[in-house]
Amino acid sequence: MAIRRGRGVAAINYPTGMNLGGDPTQALVHSTPTGNFMVTLSSVDLGQGMKQIMAQICAETIGVPTDRVIVDTADTDTGPHCMGTFASRGTHRAGNAVIQAAREARQVMLEVAAEELEVNASDLETDGQGNILVKGAPQRSISIFDVALSAHFKRGRSISGRGMFLIPRSYPEKETGAMKPSTCYAHACTVAEVEVDDETGEVTVLTVRNVFEIGRALNPKMVEQQLVGGSWMAISHALYETTEPYYPDRDHGGTDFNQYLMPGPGDLAQTEIIVLERPSADGPFGAKGPGEMCANPQIPAVANAVFDAVGVRIDTLPITPERILRALKAQASN
Amino acid sequence: MAKIPVQFMLNGAEKAEFIDSGTTLLNALRDKIGDTSPKGGCHQGTCGACSVIIDGELRLSCLTLAETCNGAAITTTSGLSQGGVLHPLQRAFLDAFATQCGFCTPGMLMAAKVLLDHTPDPSRDEVVEALSGNICRCTGYEPIIQAVLTAARSNSQNAA
Ligand code: FES
Ligand code: FES
Repeated sequence: MAIRRGRGVAAINYPTGMNLGGDPTQALVHSTPTGNFMVTLSSVDLGQGMKQIMAQICAETIGVPTDRVIVDTADTDTGPHCMGTFASRGTHRAGNAVIQAAREARQVMLEVAAEELEVNASDLETDGQGNILVKGAPQRSISIFDVALSAHFKRGRSISGRGMFLIPRSYPEKETGAMKPSTCYAHACTVAEVEVDDETGEVTVLTVRNVFEIGRALNPKMVEQQLVGGSWMAISHALYETTEPYYPDRDHGGTDFNQYLMPGPGDLAQTEIIVLERPSADGPFGAKGPGEMCANPQIPAVANAVFDAVGVRIDTLPITPERILRALKAQASN
Repeated sequence: MAKIPVQFMLNGAEKAEFIDSGTTLLNALRDKIGDTSPKGGCHQGTCGACSVIIDGELRLSCLTLAETCNGAAITTTSGLSQGGVLHPLQRAFLDAFATQCGFCTPGMLMAAKVLLDHTPDPSRDEVVEALSGNICRCTGYEPIIQAVLTAARSNSQNAA
């Protein structure tokens, strides 16, 4: 009876979004009378940072600071259509829709500015600080604040735009069954080190080293935050969390969060996160979806590490001490 | 059923309400008084999201009857910032990206505040111990631990 060490590796490809019958998201952008910009979406921010990312994308496209953009994700009854916040699709789908809407709004904004400055709209550029300048003659400029006031009160224009991003449905080929479920994939790889007590079946995760390839990180700190939390959640899934009973009778299952096991702050493995950025061809500014895949490769890596440590394959989650001991017993009797 | 009066200080302001006997402090704060900063995660003492500070001690407001709080001084997360200036712990949570969905955050802040009130310069193990009654789904805890350690350091610098 001993504490045995093992190391396991696993790698994944993860599709951004899904494609069962087409995958659309719409966005609307309009200016307030004082030249702030409003993005209206039905996509939901549940803590992953949707609002911040959409504000950045809109601001970058229109040419204003991010704090001049307000994102309203309030109501799926009244907002433009979105398939939903799932499948790591938010940044990719909504981001592309926001770019299209913001481009259209920017065009109207430049047209109004052009009338005010008596030049062609194509001769104008933005400085990213809230001003519109004549290319090559930056002393001729107008603030976006004044452009919005002019549009609203003088020229009767709506500085607004509509955006729509659709990944059309992909049908399987008759002969081969091949289809294109996704247009863009994120990737990840994890190496996990564990200790397994072959007397008690207890697993301790020592280190979790992750590499994530996520397209371009539109907000690197928020990406890191997502990956750190996701890596922890995967360890929790690998070893602890289940709503099912360990025995075949459902009556032994948990009934509330009292009986739902999750690790606490004292059970953290040493975790390393490395981010690789390979911008995607069809993502907004090259982004992919880092959302869900951040909690995927750690689970098979831990299962492989357990195999490396004590030589048993556990193929049911979570990898509980009981499952390990049963497997060890079966192995010994073979 | 006859209502019973309760009266206590909440974040420095006097509050008085008539409640049904058996009302938890969590429900009294959220539904009667309108302070929704304590969150109801489990309503049975296992998640820590409802944590508040009563007379300097960390308490689970879902397991505390409001009628036992007569005359108490209660602090919630709503009382942390002063005149629009964030409390050092709130600042540190922001800077460390220690919150995602935010549901656990008020409870974490309360637990961390009681720790730093009693132990201004805690070790990492002391921080972990202090947060061990609070569950977080999103962050993986490490950013929260780092935020509390950072807030403790900034406090001691300000004091020095
Ligand atoms: S709501 Fe009080 S501990 Fe969960
Ligand atoms: S930030 Fe979501 S539960 Fe902690």
